[in-house]
Amino acid sequence: MSEEFKRPDGRKVKETRKIVAKVGIIPNADGSAMFAFGDTIAIAAVYGPRKFHPQHQQNPEKGTLRCEYNMLSFSVSDRIRPGGNRRSAEISKITEWALEPVLMLDKYPNAVVDVYINIIQANASTRCAGINAAAMALAHAGIPMKGMVSSVSIGKLDKQIVVDVSKAEEDWEEGEGPTDIPMSFTSDGKMTHIQLDGKITQKQLEEAIDTAKEACAKIYDIQKNALKEVVNEK
Amino acid sequence: MAEGIRINEDRIYEYLEKGKRFDERALNDLREIVIETGFSKNAEGSARVKIGKTEVIVGIKIATATPYPDNPKDGNLMVTAELTPLSSSRFESGPPKINAIELGRVIDRGIRESKFIKTEDLCIKEGEKVWEVYIDIYSLNDDGNLMDAAGIGAIAALMNARLPKYDLENDKMISGELSDTHLPLAKELPLSITVYKIGKHLLADPNREEEDVCRSRVTIAGYGDRIFSMQKGGGETFSVEEMKKAIELSIKVREKVFSSIKKYL
Repeated sequence: MSEEFKRPDGRKVKETRKIVAKVGIIPNADGSAMFAFGDTIAIAAVYGPRKFHPQHQQNPEKGTLRCEYNMLSFSVSDRIRPGGNRRSAEISKITEWALEPVLMLDKYPNAVVDVYINIIQANASTRCAGINAAAMALAHAGIPMKGMVSSVSIGKLDKQIVVDVSKAEEDWEEGEGPTDIPMSFTSDGKMTHIQLDGKITQKQLEEAIDTAKEACAKIYDIQKNALKEVVNEK
Repeated sequence: MAEGIRINEDRIYEYLEKGKRFDERALNDLREIVIETGFSKNAEGSARVKIGKTEVIVGIKIATATPYPDNPKDGNLMVTAELTPLSSSRFESGPPKINAIELGRVIDRGIRESKFIKTEDLCIKEGEKVWEVYIDIYSLNDDGNLMDAAGIGAIAALMNARLPKYDLENDKMISGELSDTHLPLAKELPLSITVYKIGKHLLADPNREEEDVCRSRVTIAGYGDRIFSMQKGGGETFSVEEMKKAIELSIKVREKVFSSIKKYL
């Protein structure tokens, strides 16, 4: 099945959309990056480490990572009411959890590192693009990190596992329908994030995890190259 | 997660190293689960779930509403959770914070993705009127693992619910009167089970003290070997092997929970 499986945009099952990664896009920020999976475009800016206000929220043991995921009102076909909602609150938290394991925030007690993620244009996999952009922006800001974080969504369309789910695939109607599994890995292959919506067997879920790990290794190379480019520019 | 008093952290690790817990449970053992359904007169369905000392109440409200434009033939589902200040000194009043939002959304997805509620049977008039089902979860006492208590409570309350009476002549719902019709539900119960990671150990159903030293967890909703939704929480990694073990463990624990709660449902 796998080789002949037809994806709506003609991609191979393990092929991501065209990835564009760029570091240093927002001069004001301490670190910034853009990451795109095809039409899904995320930008992230890092401010900090800086003083954490209000003071009672400070953590004297280590610095705090605070992420804010936000979709621009015009990033999807039906306008989104600006400001946060429950979905964006959850994705913000998931993003913090996905990134925290690689950050060495014990060097910055009482401080906060703010990461602002904006989805400029959405065609599915926005949280993964956001996490990828944020990880690059954190590295660009010079926050000490044990490694990178790379994120990808694995889909199961009917029975077929595919890499980097697009909007058309998210709404897959044939057979068993769509299952969406966004995952994030550290550059040494540990999982920092997984979510799942749909219907999948234990065996296929294991296959999906292994596939995501492979895909994230490739995304990591792209992130690394983008970071090297900006170093060379300076 | 990883908040509150962690004075016993080292001792908890020492015990886990030997496969033991303070309350003498095995790592995959749950505390006793007690369910009471139908305690509320005004809710369309209700359930009260205790896992050990952890307790939640779940109420179902059902009303007519306009369907969403992208699903004109389906009833609506809304899940909210509130971590009440009465249930723990660490919860405060005010708009829901992220832990309550996440709890509601994780339970929502387990139920929605499993298609436990046959929303297509909740249509009154296509594109105009459908039944809207609200699942509202409130914590009464937080002694750890509110997540699983909430998941069990939502399922139990849904099974307890009946639709309001409907006046066909005037085409409107009769508020405050219940019909004999239960909600259209699937036979398979999609239970959400959370596997908690403490150090390199995976365990089920932590009490408050254990959950306080836990830095990562993964919640998995499923039935049989089918998995419908998943969410990892917490800022610590799982290796791929650990994740696969956690999935395996959640399936085993789910079977256990199922056999201990079926007498109540």
